[in-house]
Amino acid sequence: MKLPAYLRSIAAKFFRRAQLASDMNEELHSHIAHRADDLERSGLTHQAAERQARIEFGAYERYREASYEALGGKWIQGFAQDMRLSLRTLRKSPGFLVATVLTLALAIGANAVVFSVLNAFILKPLNVPNPENLYGIWRNADATMYESYPDYIDMRDRNRSFDELIAYTVSEAGLDTGDNPSHVWLMESSGNYFDALGLQPYLGRVFHASDEHGPSSAPYAVLTYAYWQSHFQSDRSIVGRVVRLNKHPYTIVGIGPPDFHGTLLFFNPDVFVPIVNHQQWGDNDLNNRGDRWIFMTLGHLKAGVTPAQAAGDLDRIGTDLAKTYPKYDEKLKSFSLARPSLYGDYVGRPMREFLSGLMLLAGLILLAACANLGSLFAARAADRSREVALRLALGSSRRRILRGLFAEAILISLAGGAVGLAGSVVLLRGLSEWQPISQWPLQLNVNPDAKVYLVALLLAVVSGIIFGAVPVRQVLRANPYEIVKAGSSRRVGRGFAARDVLLVIQIAICAVLVTSSMVAVRGLARSLHEDFGFSVESRLLVDTNLSMAGYKGEQAAAMQRRMIEAVAAIPGVESAALADTLPLGVDSNDTAVFTDNTSDLKPSSAAAECYVYKVSPGYFHAAGTTLLSGRAFTWTDDKDEPPVAIVNREFARRIFGSVEKALGGHFKRRDGTRIQVVGVAEEGKYGSLTEDPQPAFFLSILQAPSNVTTMEVRSDRDQQQLGPAIRARLRNMDAGLPVFIETRLKAMDAFLFGPRMATIALGVLGVMGAMLSITGIFGLAAYSVSKQLRELGIRIALGAKRAEVLQAALARPVRLLAFGSGAGLLLGVLASRVLALIVYQATPRDPLVLAGVVLAMGLLGLLATWIPAQRALSIDPLALLREE
Amino acid sequence: MGDQAQLLPGTLDLLILKAVSLGPLHGYGVLLRIGQMTGQALLVEQGALYPALFRLVRQGLLKASWGTSENNRRAKFYELTVAGRKRFREETESWNRLATAMSAALASRAEEV
Repeated sequence: MKLPAYLRSIAAKFFRRAQLASDMNEELHSHIAHRADDLERSGLTHQAAERQARIEFGAYERYREASYEALGGKWIQGFAQDMRLSLRTLRKSPGFLVATVLTLALAIGANAVVFSVLNAFILKPLNVPNPENLYGIWRNADATMYESYPDYIDMRDRNRSFDELIAYTVSEAGLDTGDNPSHVWLMESSGNYFDALGLQPYLGRVFHASDEHGPSSAPYAVLTYAYWQSHFQSDRSIVGRVVRLNKHPYTIVGIGPPDFHGTLLFFNPDVFVPIVNHQQWGDNDLNNRGDRWIFMTLGHLKAGVTPAQAAGDLDRIGTDLAKTYPKYDEKLKSFSLARPSLYGDYVGRPMREFLSGLMLLAGLILLAACANLGSLFAARAADRSREVALRLALGSSRRRILRGLFAEAILISLAGGAVGLAGSVVLLRGLSEWQPISQWPLQLNVNPDAKVYLVALLLAVVSGIIFGAVPVRQVLRANPYEIVKAGSSRRVGRGFAARDVLLVIQIAICAVLVTSSMVAVRGLARSLHEDFGFSVESRLLVDTNLSMAGYKGEQAAAMQRRMIEAVAAIPGVESAALADTLPLGVDSNDTAVFTDNTSDLKPSSAAAECYVYKVSPGYFHAAGTTLLSGRAFTWTDDKDEPPVAIVNREFARRIFGSVEKALGGHFKRRDGTRIQVVGVAEEGKYGSLTEDPQPAFFLSILQAPSNVTTMEVRSDRDQQQLGPAIRARLRNMDAGLPVFIETRLKAMDAFLFGPRMATIALGVLGVMGAMLSITGIFGLAAYSVSKQLRELGIRIALGAKRAEVLQAALARPVRLLAFGSGAGLLLGVLASRVLALIVYQATPRDPLVLAGVVLAMGLLGLLATWIPAQRALSIDPLALLREE
Repeated sequence: MGDQAQLLPGTLDLLILKAVSLGPLHGYGVLLRIGQMTGQALLVEQGALYPALFRLVRQGLLKASWGTSENNRRAKFYELTVAGRKRFREETESWNRLATAMSAALASRAEEV
């Protein structure tokens, strides 16, 4: 059959009905007239000929109808009829309609949201041409992507697998356009960055490999399109203008392509600058092979090269480099390739696992909703059995009746899908505008795209078919004669079995969700009251980078001391101290340490990898970290004195054996410096909330200077007032220094982000699960009471007690609830093992959680059976028996 | 009318295609041509032609346009589309195969089997 001809035919039938009818009449009449002409020619009179022609034509109306049907599209008419009928029946039971649509809207909305996030994080590629063969280089030995500049150059020039290897790193700078300096996020990228990715500027030009001529040789900046719009109001004359980045003059050569936010998902930098200028924002040495500061190296694989082949190629180069530079590159032997968008496996794997888990739970919600709606539909079909019987008796086909039921299911599922999707779009919009981690320019662009809409539609239709299919057997088996004869007082028999199973499944699923969410919430609550090894309350952090205001060397050290004194002098401030990085902060540094008697300082003989913090005197008091023994730093621990350190207990245990032995002992760093331990501090959390005790040590910032610092301010004053006071004080000292102030808790956003999101997501799913189980139990209990009204009435008339009536009416739903909850709790406890990976301290064997789940399910059951129970108790046997 | 043969199901469509394949015709013309071609041996009730014609148009085998007949009346003329011509050839072949097989089967005697 030709589709165009078919569609034309149907279109004419439905859209040009009147014209079609008159055409058809004219054609048939023309036929009769032609025949009459012939008959007249053969000798009949005009009237006789016309009469004869009409007779020969046959049943005019019948053929006209048949012709009309031959135009096709009968099923559309049938479908429209079904829909109209379903709409009419649904309108008659608005309660049923609202309940079912809302149930489904919740379930489909949850799925749309989770899928949209999954889509944004995992399915959607980076917004560059040919993202499918773009890979980052992952170093297996220390599970990072960090590289040093010389290694990057070697790998770039010697590999045979990548079209072009690019490198980028992220840093911060002060951008001065003439007035008020502002803080910007830089994406320092290798000269070949834009060319290798195949990106064209929106305006002006980008920088190229040919612009690089050694360190700090390329003062060119490319603004991202978004930053250009928000901070330069899309001013086209900006191209060619010279601005100052950390006081260094830079020419803005161009504007990046719209919708390009760099090559790290969700991270929105403001300015691209050449990576060869790195020394203008970082302390790292471009020529130091051991200094791995480049955030990521990545590139497009050459056509026909597999990731495994490329990794082999890199291993070859790495082994060679390790041989040539044994001092630095010992670990450089084994590589693999990883997706660059979520920083390879580091973020990617837990994210994938968590989102897949979430998707599974959302799928369970939908399944529970389907079970719920399925049992509602079955109950409804049972209630309508008389109507169905009547229709069957009057000659309707069973197929037609089933089609009607399915039409209802599909209508409800589409309505539910639409409402759910609308809700999820609102939610996702909000999520996309939210900045989850205040220090970083992160934005989760999770707005739904065509794929999400398609999935939601598909889920709606599939679930409609699933729950629409539940009453099929009932209708197929219905015997009109029996049903009409028996009337409404059929016994409540085996027909319930399927519905019972559905309800138990549904309650079990809901109990799993409630258990998971309780485990997660409890885990988060615990991890927030954890001992971090520092205090979170009553602390403000003040981030500054003296390089941004042009300070160097001694100048910077003097300024830092003045800053501490100025802030400490503010009324209400108990103490203030500086640190280059903070435990559980945005950045962290780690370094290898050696025992004092190690002479060969190569990486493999290191005693431990330790976190290292450079802090000013007063830090331990300001941070709230307890010193176990020894002394804190003083202002005399400066350059003129031998280097000293304060180590944590884990460090003391690992390097020296005990706290007592550590005090006064020495250890060595990579460059051979001997450092004496003058104090031992308690352990804390440094890199993540879930880590085991890690060795860490603190150096005096006077002996190990850093221009980038965070000042920790301890004060009981209202933080809303204290912040501006500090800002004003620092502005008085240097108006050109950008200052960023936040609370200690806010600074930990990055670490709490995962657990928080997990808890919110699981919490929401748990609440939805609870709601679904309420509607499910309520539905069954109400139905069971209404079916047994007569029986209950007789019992009451015969003198049954309230408890007995309740037992007769509700024993079944309550038993099902208990059974389902038990199964769900067990499954939930098993599933919670997975949660423990994401949510710190999430343990299902927590008596509080177990008690909570049992209590919650009990309350849900009580809530859901309350109204049906009231109805059962208030039965008036006389009125009831009179009715029949 | 007693000596007229009943139409086998499906043969009406083929007859219409054949009739129209010789040149554009209006509905009454199709009827007349079928009469001529079959020597008035096949019975087609006149009205029954139209559902078949509409079905063939829907299937994209025929196309229709209004014109004026030899009697100087307005009439709708049908002609074969490309798809229609192809279908006509296929149907003719399969009909011939069937007819040959049928007549061979009916002509066989006991000793040949």
